[in-house]
Amino acid sequence: MLCENCGKRPATVHYTQIINGVKTEMHLCEVCAKQKGSIEFDAPFSVTNFLAGILEPAFGTQVLKPSFEVALTCKGCGMTFDEFRRAGRFGCAMCYSSFSEKLYPIFRRIHGNTKHVGKIPTKMGEDIAIKREIDRLKIELNVAIKNEEYEKAARIRDKIRELEKKLSRE
Amino acid sequence: MNDIVVTSRIRLARNLSDVPFTIKMNDYDASNVIDRVRDVILKNKQYHFDFFEIKKLPLIKRQVLIEKHLISPALASSKIKSAVAIDQNENISIMINEEDHLRIQVLYRGQEIQKAWEDANRIDDFLEQHLPYAYDETWGYLTSCPTNVGTGLRASFMLHLPALTLLGYMKGIIDTITKLGIAVRGFYGEGSEAAGNLYQISNQITLGQPEEDIIANVVSITNQIIEQEQQARLRLLSENRAFVEDKVYRAYGILKYARNISSNEALKLISDVRMGISMGIIKETTIDKLDVLLNLIQPAIIQDYFGREMTPEERDIKRAELIRKILE
Repeated sequence: MLCENCGKRPATVHYTQIINGVKTEMHLCEVCAKQKGSIEFDAPFSVTNFLAGILEPAFGTQVLKPSFEVALTCKGCGMTFDEFRRAGRFGCAMCYSSFSEKLYPIFRRIHGNTKHVGKIPTKMGEDIAIKREIDRLKIELNVAIKNEEYEKAARIRDKIRELEKKLSRE
Repeated sequence: MNDIVVTSRIRLARNLSDVPFTIKMNDYDASNVIDRVRDVILKNKQYHFDFFEIKKLPLIKRQVLIEKHLISPALASSKIKSAVAIDQNENISIMINEEDHLRIQVLYRGQEIQKAWEDANRIDDFLEQHLPYAYDETWGYLTSCPTNVGTGLRASFMLHLPALTLLGYMKGIIDTITKLGIAVRGFYGEGSEAAGNLYQISNQITLGQPEEDIIANVVSITNQIIEQEQQARLRLLSENRAFVEDKVYRAYGILKYARNISSNEALKLISDVRMGISMGIIKETTIDKLDVLLNLIQPAIIQDYFGREMTPEERDIKRAELIRKILE
């Protein structure tokens, strides 16, 4: 069976969707399924029922999980992404990095933003400043290499190493 | 004096990086967090905190703390081991193992949001020096619920809005401000009704804005609501003066002479009298006295005040007695 959407690749993902009691089936290839998947999960945002809206598919809609998707699990506490979606709560600090990719659209919908610009704990402030400096130097290093300014590149490289050493010491 | 703002509150949600969040915690983790936080809090010389383990508190005492807004109902009924540190003036409380490991809360009467933020920020700085916070460069303070990530900050005002409620404007206002990223709740927070025409207004967004901007945004919307309430009161006075005078004096009369009164009825009447004083109709008593009553009439606080447990019927009689005494 070929994919219903592109008609080119073989259909390997089979969706069953029930909206208001009307059942529809879709047979898609992996590429189109991923695209469709993200559309289907994009439930509208509502302030009063935000968790249901954001973390679960829209009301009255049941979307079967594409069979190729491996359960995403937090390395810290063992919470799966599905578990997080049902509970609406993270299991530990590491869930954030474990589910990283999937969190951007969720945060965008809740906060309209995905980047913290507020308070930095003083103890961590210095580390963060160093990391930001390293990131900046890495860009500078690439430019130097591209321009074949090898002496300058070596100097930048040494500076990066020095900063990295400072980070690991702390 | 602006008496429309009853209280100002700041809350910061924080977690430790090396312990699972409360949803995944076991007893050992819970005790670990409590012990570490207690040790740190007791080191603080600037504030004097009393420390309570929730499970060791009698139910009535827990209810008193809820009614004083020092702990949340969720903390009081928490299945895992939880605790709270409360400063002697009862303005600051640090809840341990609520939805997050730490909830730093500062509450003041009146429009004191800046003062509340300064206190909360100072306590946060102090705790951070001694505890490994869960913090990420991109996402800021990592919280249990995705709705608190970033600053972990909730800035809120308790507003007394009787005229807007009476004129039926509240639904429209709530619809509008919720679109601006502001949440509106009742007297006891999420899911509760706006008893006594008291509404809690707070920010929804916690990520992508600095703390000062979040607070400024809530202040600015609150100021607009205050202005609308003032206009609504003027309108009531100019168009329905006789009706308003009758309403607030009836309320005052019942409060002053009733021999048996429920907390719900008392709350409604206190709201009317409070508005009456603010409008300059009632001069026999003060807003301060009414705000004291606002607290005292609550079921657990009234039992705490008289130092013994009472049946609901007994409470209604004692409540009427207490109100008469304070309004004398």
